[in-house]
Amino acid sequence: MKITRKVFLQLSGLGLLAVVGKKAVRAITEAAAPSAKTKTTKRWGMVIDLGKCRQEAGCVDCIKACNTAHNIPQFADRAHEVKWIWNQPFETVFPLVQTDYVKQGYAGHPIPLLCNHCANPPCVRVCPTQATWKREEDGIVMMDWHRCIGCRYCMAACPYGSRSFNWQDPRPAIASLNPDFPTRTKGVVEKCNFCEERLARGQSPACVGACPEKTLVFGDLNDPDSEPRQLLRARFALQREPELGTSPSVYYLV
Amino acid sequence: MRDRPVIFAGLLVFVGLFTFPLWYGSATKTSPTAPDIKLPAPEKAKQCVAPLNYMRNSHMQLLVNWRDEVVRDNQRQFTAYTGKVYDKSLTRTCLMQCHTNKAEFCDRCHSYAGVSGPYCWDCHIEKPLLARSTP
Repeated sequence: MKITRKVFLQLSGLGLLAVVGKKAVRAITEAAAPSAKTKTTKRWGMVIDLGKCRQEAGCVDCIKACNTAHNIPQFADRAHEVKWIWNQPFETVFPLVQTDYVKQGYAGHPIPLLCNHCANPPCVRVCPTQATWKREEDGIVMMDWHRCIGCRYCMAACPYGSRSFNWQDPRPAIASLNPDFPTRTKGVVEKCNFCEERLARGQSPACVGACPEKTLVFGDLNDPDSEPRQLLRARFALQREPELGTSPSVYYLV
Repeated sequence: MRDRPVIFAGLLVFVGLFTFPLWYGSATKTSPTAPDIKLPAPEKAKQCVAPLNYMRNSHMQLLVNWRDEVVRDNQRQFTAYTGKVYDKSLTRTCLMQCHTNKAEFCDRCHSYAGVSGPYCWDCHIEKPLLARSTP
């Protein structure tokens, strides 16, 4: 059978139409699917009540609990410091919240700091190996130390200084080893993981449990009845550098 | 063309020398003995998480899968072929529940097979280090 030019054009037109139609159907069904899925996801977050925190009086129970739970090395040289939760004076944490009379309030007051587990984390965007990524089901910014190549792009990207680099073998600088958690090795970046290994066992983060004043409140920010959401509804809270658009999951009640 | 015998004699010597390790080994029958590994104490565990042959050939694949599933997918439970459920943990499950004698089991076979050491233990904690842990 011989195909005329007219029939050939008709057939190819029909084929093209079929391909376009299939793509359109797929695009519509895929766009509809995730909306049902996002309803069930969590977003772990933390509210820190600065009025209750006694770090001014020298209490560092939350930091100690984290250090032992995660085998965090303690180096004498501050250039090699590795920190997951630490503290800094108020005026360096919230430089834009100061007033002329801030000294009467929080000046010099140590503020507990940790990874903000941002909704829009810049560290994740820059990681070339996806060693750090945002876990979709609960919003934790995770780290895979097996995959980290130590390029430190994430450290440059993080506006909060939440990430530390292992400049040397951390093992000799760990006071007591917790066999439930690995140490890290020289040449990888590390940071707070919101105790995802404890959350998997149904426990709250180590720092939350260690605080004698219940300063740190942990919960699901997507659940309107969760404890942090109730606090955020009732009281005024600060996020660190919200103008950057990272949308931190750690809030400070002042 | 008169060099032909010399060339072939030289080739023969070369091939002989080149294959020396092969025929020497088979002639003297000095194939090395199997590695002297010590199995885990019978009161510790009688059954591994997978059949013996699979573990011998593919334990590294199993461990890599465990690693990826725990770290990337947050799936921490492993159901063995026997139906028993294990935590996917190198230190807690493999080492502390069963192979408490890592040096006599893992390390001996690795050195026998010329495996230049997986770097698992650069981060995951093994027994000698546990002595340093808090009670």
